[in-house]
Amino acid sequence: MSPTVRQVGIDIQESEDNRALIEAIKADNPDLTIRHMPGLVKLQSAGQIVINRQTVEEKLGRDWETGEFQLAIVSYAGNFAEWDDDQIIVKWEH
Amino acid sequence: MTIEAAKPTRKKLPLKERYARLTRDLDWEPSYVSREELFPYTRYEGIKIHDWDGWQDPFRLTVDAYYKYQAEKDKRLYAVLDSFAQGQGHLTLSDASYFNAIKLFIQGVTPLEYAAHRHFAFLARHLEGPAPRFAALCQSIDELRHCQTQIHTISNYNKYYGGFHSWSKMHDRVWYLSVPKSLLDDAMAAGPFEFLISISFSFEYLLTNLLFVPFMSGASFNGDLPTMSFGFSAQSDESRHMTLGLEAIKFLLEQDEGNVPIIQDWIDKWFWRAYRMSALVAAMMDYMLPKPVMSWKEAFELYFEEQMLGGLFPDLAYYGINPPRHVDDAIAEKDRLSHEVYRILHNFSFAAALTTHTPNDTHMEWLSQQYPDTFDRYYRPVWNKHRRIEEAGGRVFFQGLPQLCQVCQVPMAFSEVSDPTRISLRRSEFRGEAFHTCSDGCKWIFDREPEKYVQAWLPVHQIYQGNCGGATIPEVLAWYGIQDGENGEYRGSADQLAWAAWHADETGTAK
Repeated sequence: MSPTVRQVGIDIQESEDNRALIEAIKADNPDLTIRHMPGLVKLQSAGQIVINRQTVEEKLGRDWETGEFQLAIVSYAGNFAEWDDDQIIVKWEH
Repeated sequence: MTIEAAKPTRKKLPLKERYARLTRDLDWEPSYVSREELFPYTRYEGIKIHDWDGWQDPFRLTVDAYYKYQAEKDKRLYAVLDSFAQGQGHLTLSDASYFNAIKLFIQGVTPLEYAAHRHFAFLARHLEGPAPRFAALCQSIDELRHCQTQIHTISNYNKYYGGFHSWSKMHDRVWYLSVPKSLLDDAMAAGPFEFLISISFSFEYLLTNLLFVPFMSGASFNGDLPTMSFGFSAQSDESRHMTLGLEAIKFLLEQDEGNVPIIQDWIDKWFWRAYRMSALVAAMMDYMLPKPVMSWKEAFELYFEEQMLGGLFPDLAYYGINPPRHVDDAIAEKDRLSHEVYRILHNFSFAAALTTHTPNDTHMEWLSQQYPDTFDRYYRPVWNKHRRIEEAGGRVFFQGLPQLCQVCQVPMAFSEVSDPTRISLRRSEFRGEAFHTCSDGCKWIFDREPEKYVQAWLPVHQIYQGNCGGATIPEVLAWYGIQDGENGEYRGSADQLAWAAWHADETGTAK
């Protein structure tokens, strides 16, 4: 609807496990911008952010359920367009 | 082969299917009462729902997943609380004045969590669709968890610092706490759909980031690990609550064209209500943190203007929803809000369960950098005057009681949008009586539902009517539950003196 692609964002707690998660999100979203704030990391991208279970598991070196993302997230801007066993997608719908 | 065959081979269903079974297959049609009798509250607000199955929770949360992850969140939090308490963590904070932010939190916010717990339990019974009922149930339990974890976290500080002991009573009685209390009371006194738009959408989705994220980053920056931990722990649930809010609004807008103007009205009302309450957060962020982390203005631009006006509202335009009425006033005020509100607290903290102080040079420099257009011009001169008086041994407290806005209940000290030097005051008449509000936003809300807002429990009126312990300040403070040394000026307060004594015996490092 608007001429520029709108940003979506996810805020994640800064922690040992979440470093691998952020690595995975970075790998799957090349345009990601990362901003460090006290205690948390703010991820933003134009259009959408995709989180793939497989990439997270590779970076973490263990099994990972998409539900575990609930332990990492602090806040977000956008809409959860998909959340199944393999993938989470945050984007604006319209 | 035989060994493998002996293992249990039952595989979990895929997430989508598990969620569908929970939220669709377990529901039934009532046979011995009508739907109207079973769900009596879902019709009188004018909202039309044609298919409750249109509701989708993007988290696809199920009972087993909910308790598993919530238990893990609690374990992580309580590990932090224990080690912080064991290590005398309170002594490592930036300064004892920091606790004023946490006092405001437990007095103002924690009781809201409990109120939200109660009302989401009501929605978990009374919404007609099983999916929104389950989402409301989870949120109800979340809110109770937030209330409990906040009490547990902050109770450790109650052993050492003042102002934490009677927060629940104070929430019901003290003047500045009627600002958050009246907002939740207003929401709980509305119908279930308006409650969803007020709390789930306008508060949780639009503005909660401005409350929690900067608060928690502030806690992190000032060494308050327990508060940061409960904050992030709560905020991870908050993401789910934001989703509920967004899902609620989309669901209601998609169900019937006739819902759109009703929802727009509620967004207009509740944006302004929640925004006005967040003025207390603005004061906290800019003035109460010894190590400030982000100004109100920057947080407002990042979390509200960029993410909500720039991201969300173009999405909602698809349904015919406009940005909230009076949003331009909020934007116009962002350079002034925190200064005006902290000045109120500074003037009246003799009657508060927290202390205030004039910002020092470093702090004023930071404020000047954050607010280049307003601070040096309008606010620094005022603080300099306070400082001159304090250096001569005085301290200015406002003598008398302020007039309160009939809607937001903040003392009437906001300035005109068009003129930062003039107090904004609006007047309405209803049943032959005059009622005053602080802004066009609050006046619009009052004029839309005067029958509701004339019933407001305004702390100042209540004092004058003799309902608050007596006619003198000591009597009112005793009724509030405020003990001597917890109120007024920070410098020389009980907290400041104790802090200085605890740190006086530090031998320091070999310099």
